[in-house]
Amino acid sequence: MLELKTYRTQVHNDWCPGCGDFGIVNAIQMTLLEMQLEPHRIAIFSGIGCSGKTPHFVNAYGFHTLHGRVLPIATGARLANPGLTVVAVGGDGDGLGIGAGHFVNTGRRNLDFTYVLYDNGVYGLTKGQASPTLPKGVKTKSMPAPAIIERVNPIAMAVASGYTFVARSYALDVRHLKQTLRAAIEHRGSAFVDVLQTCPTYNDINTKEWYGGEDLPVKAPRLYKLEDSGYNGSVVDPSTDEVNAKKGNALVKSFEWGDKIPIGVFLKMEVPTFEDQLALRMPALKDKPFVEQDIYNRDITPLLDELT
Amino acid sequence: MTVTNSFTWMIGGPQGSGINSVAENFAKSCIRGGLHIFANIEYHSNIKGEHSYYRLRVESKPPRSHVDWVDLLVALDRETIFGDMNKVHPTHRGHRHEVSPGGGIIYDRSLNLTPESFGRDDIKLFPIPYMDLLVDALKEFGKDKELSKYQVMVNTIALGASLGLADYDFDLATEAIREGFTGRKAALGDLNVSAARHGYDYAKKSFGEDAFPIKLRKQPLTGKRMMIRGVQAVAIAKLKAGCGFQTYYPITPATDESEYLESHQKDYNMIVVQAEDEISAINMATGAAHAGLRSSTSTSGPGFSLMAEGLGWAGITEAPGPVIILYQRAGPATGLPTRTEQADLRFALHAAHGEFPRIIIAPGDVVENYYDTFDAFNYAEHYQVPVILLTDKFLASTYQDVPLFNGDNLKVDRGDIVSDSDLAGATDYRRYRWTELGISPRAIPGQKGGIFWTTGDEHDEYGHITEAADIRIKMMRKRMRKIELAGQVIPDSKKATLHGPSSSRITLVGWGSSKGAILDGMEELKSDGIETNFLQVRFVNPFPTDYVQQVLGSARRKIAIENNYSAQMAGLIREKTGIGMDNTIVKFDGRPFSQNEIYEGVKDIIKNGMKEVTVSHA
Repeated sequence: MLELKTYRTQVHNDWCPGCGDFGIVNAIQMTLLEMQLEPHRIAIFSGIGCSGKTPHFVNAYGFHTLHGRVLPIATGARLANPGLTVVAVGGDGDGLGIGAGHFVNTGRRNLDFTYVLYDNGVYGLTKGQASPTLPKGVKTKSMPAPAIIERVNPIAMAVASGYTFVARSYALDVRHLKQTLRAAIEHRGSAFVDVLQTCPTYNDINTKEWYGGEDLPVKAPRLYKLEDSGYNGSVVDPSTDEVNAKKGNALVKSFEWGDKIPIGVFLKMEVPTFEDQLALRMPALKDKPFVEQDIYNRDITPLLDELT
Repeated sequence: MTVTNSFTWMIGGPQGSGINSVAENFAKSCIRGGLHIFANIEYHSNIKGEHSYYRLRVESKPPRSHVDWVDLLVALDRETIFGDMNKVHPTHRGHRHEVSPGGGIIYDRSLNLTPESFGRDDIKLFPIPYMDLLVDALKEFGKDKELSKYQVMVNTIALGASLGLADYDFDLATEAIREGFTGRKAALGDLNVSAARHGYDYAKKSFGEDAFPIKLRKQPLTGKRMMIRGVQAVAIAKLKAGCGFQTYYPITPATDESEYLESHQKDYNMIVVQAEDEISAINMATGAAHAGLRSSTSTSGPGFSLMAEGLGWAGITEAPGPVIILYQRAGPATGLPTRTEQADLRFALHAAHGEFPRIIIAPGDVVENYYDTFDAFNYAEHYQVPVILLTDKFLASTYQDVPLFNGDNLKVDRGDIVSDSDLAGATDYRRYRWTELGISPRAIPGQKGGIFWTTGDEHDEYGHITEAADIRIKMMRKRMRKIELAGQVIPDSKKATLHGPSSSRITLVGWGSSKGAILDGMEELKSDGIETNFLQVRFVNPFPTDYVQQVLGSARRKIAIENNYSAQMAGLIREKTGIGMDNTIVKFDGRPFSQNEIYEGVKDIIKNGMKEVTVSHA
């Protein structure tokens, strides 16, 4: 029987006490249990940084890759074996700094997988430098001076790059995160989840209290749920202009930041995946993934005859 | 004096003038007539307009290299003859000085060149009215009003004229030309045959039977032969080896291979992914290898520079691949992007930080490209290491005619994979289990009971991160043990070869694509009374230390021959065996060695007493 401990390992967790990463890894494990996915049919991929250790804590095939390269490695494995449920995780520096090129191009492919961004605005493991999502003008306690360049907008980048499921959640709202992760994993196509997260050690600006809006004149949580506000990012018919309209809405929403920050699904649409496109070219793959194809008896004589 | 079946021909013109198809048709018609060819192209990094040329050598016995003289030069433009010395930034002086005494030049009569302008009184001039003949050919099909559309076909007129001067069997050319135009394009085939025929007849009629001293005559066919170049040999080997995943980022000269694979992917179920950069290309391929698919990526120096990081990850995670094809070109940076070099030997050996096992093979010709690529996949999976095939632009784009590959003795070896039954009920599978040989049986993600972790951090047997000093030592030894093992298991016969008599007083030492020029150069030296042998090093890592030591230990004069500046292999041999070379012949002008350069280089050393020789015919 599958239970929560099925998805846990005995590996010592060395994240800082109170780290938002705990919320994310717990939510991942709970989601996998809820979905009743068998551990050996799951592969978790990570980049480098605190978030990079995630696979070691999850009892599933685990690939702790290189800084910024989680998406190419996950892509290769997923294409080789579409029988695997592939979840890639990584920090904001990993995905949007050193790995930004891969982030964009992976979105274009619409591979059927899920990418979870641990978004806390700092490079934690190297002791708190500004990451690509830290707003301009902000100085966390470990920075010698405030950031003088603009932040990137992960949601807008994902929409523009072609991810077909784009959502945001919050590491300390495990219920919402679980629900969002499940929708992302169930989505057929590239799913991107931007998980806002606290770094209690280095980010003393975007703290739990800040997300809770305790600094605001009228104390009120900064985060609000898109679905509660009447927003609907689901595309019903991707063959129509609705696509552009919904992407436009998602982009506009994605720039909301400050006293009010939306979480939830910004965009969702179903179009053929990369795997579907490959199967169109190679119909044999409909029945058998690449990894199960016979490779022992390939006949190359027609290729040689072509050259005579 | 008439010479038969020993002929070098060159066609030059602006990029985009179709010199490739003409040269390849000529080559094909020679092979169909039982003759043997060696054909290589030199081109600029440019789409249209810059000077490029294609060299074809035809012999009665298979040539393995080109030579620097031209018996018959076909100029599609003025620049091919005289170069571009009139430009502010000239790049070459044309090919008229390369024409052998008694040879000739075919050129456009409308250029109105005086014989004196060629500056040679020892060659024959064959002015041909390209356009008039093309119009005549088009008229037969009622297409003469569309001249501008068919203008490129002057190349085929020139081909016809070449065949006429060499008095070759025109039907063989007809066949070759027609094959290039199938289906809806068949009518173009007829048009081209007619163009060639006009050139052929004109040359015979206007210049007479004895105008050109070299004749090509059909020979009896010696079995079925294919006309194949390096990239094709590599690609076909990948398909034969069961490779299911190829990644690439567009780069000269590697892309041709990926395009070939993509055009055949449907029949072999192979994924070909054009990645966003080479970083992604190698990492995708490594991901696929870990997931159980034989995988590969192909690139040249600039791309391999980006792959260094991913190579290290494949090494420490003991990925069963990928196989990386490194088509060397002249560097550093963009260097000479369309020219050849053998300067990445040290780079391939040391790319990426830290120490990890890798296998590096440097095939010497198209046939070795095929067998070494096939073996590379077996090594990758058997030893769970990245494998680099070190070849180059020259071999990639050079055509030779060889017998059809025989695949019967090639066996796929996937190495030690744990079976589902081994894993049934298992609760303690360890992906990096210590074993005597260093190789741990691997599970394929998706297998029940085979869950493993892998990381670019140092790790324990399960694949979890560790910084423990004792585990680090064991893991380093485990990984490095695999390369020792490969060195013991892979036979010397695959790692190095001594060509020629072992008693020769002179031993030439080389590696990779210069093999052909060295072998042909040796024959030329022999006919001059200079006997040599040739040690070809085919494995860069694991290095065949004992064998090389044994051969060179008893060799008298040792001459390293390399297509780079610093004689990198000579350095590696000294490092591994303590044996230094007596002399070096190097070439680093971005062009491959010719037969005569080997001959000239060796002569400079033994007759003229030079210690280090740099050759170039540029």
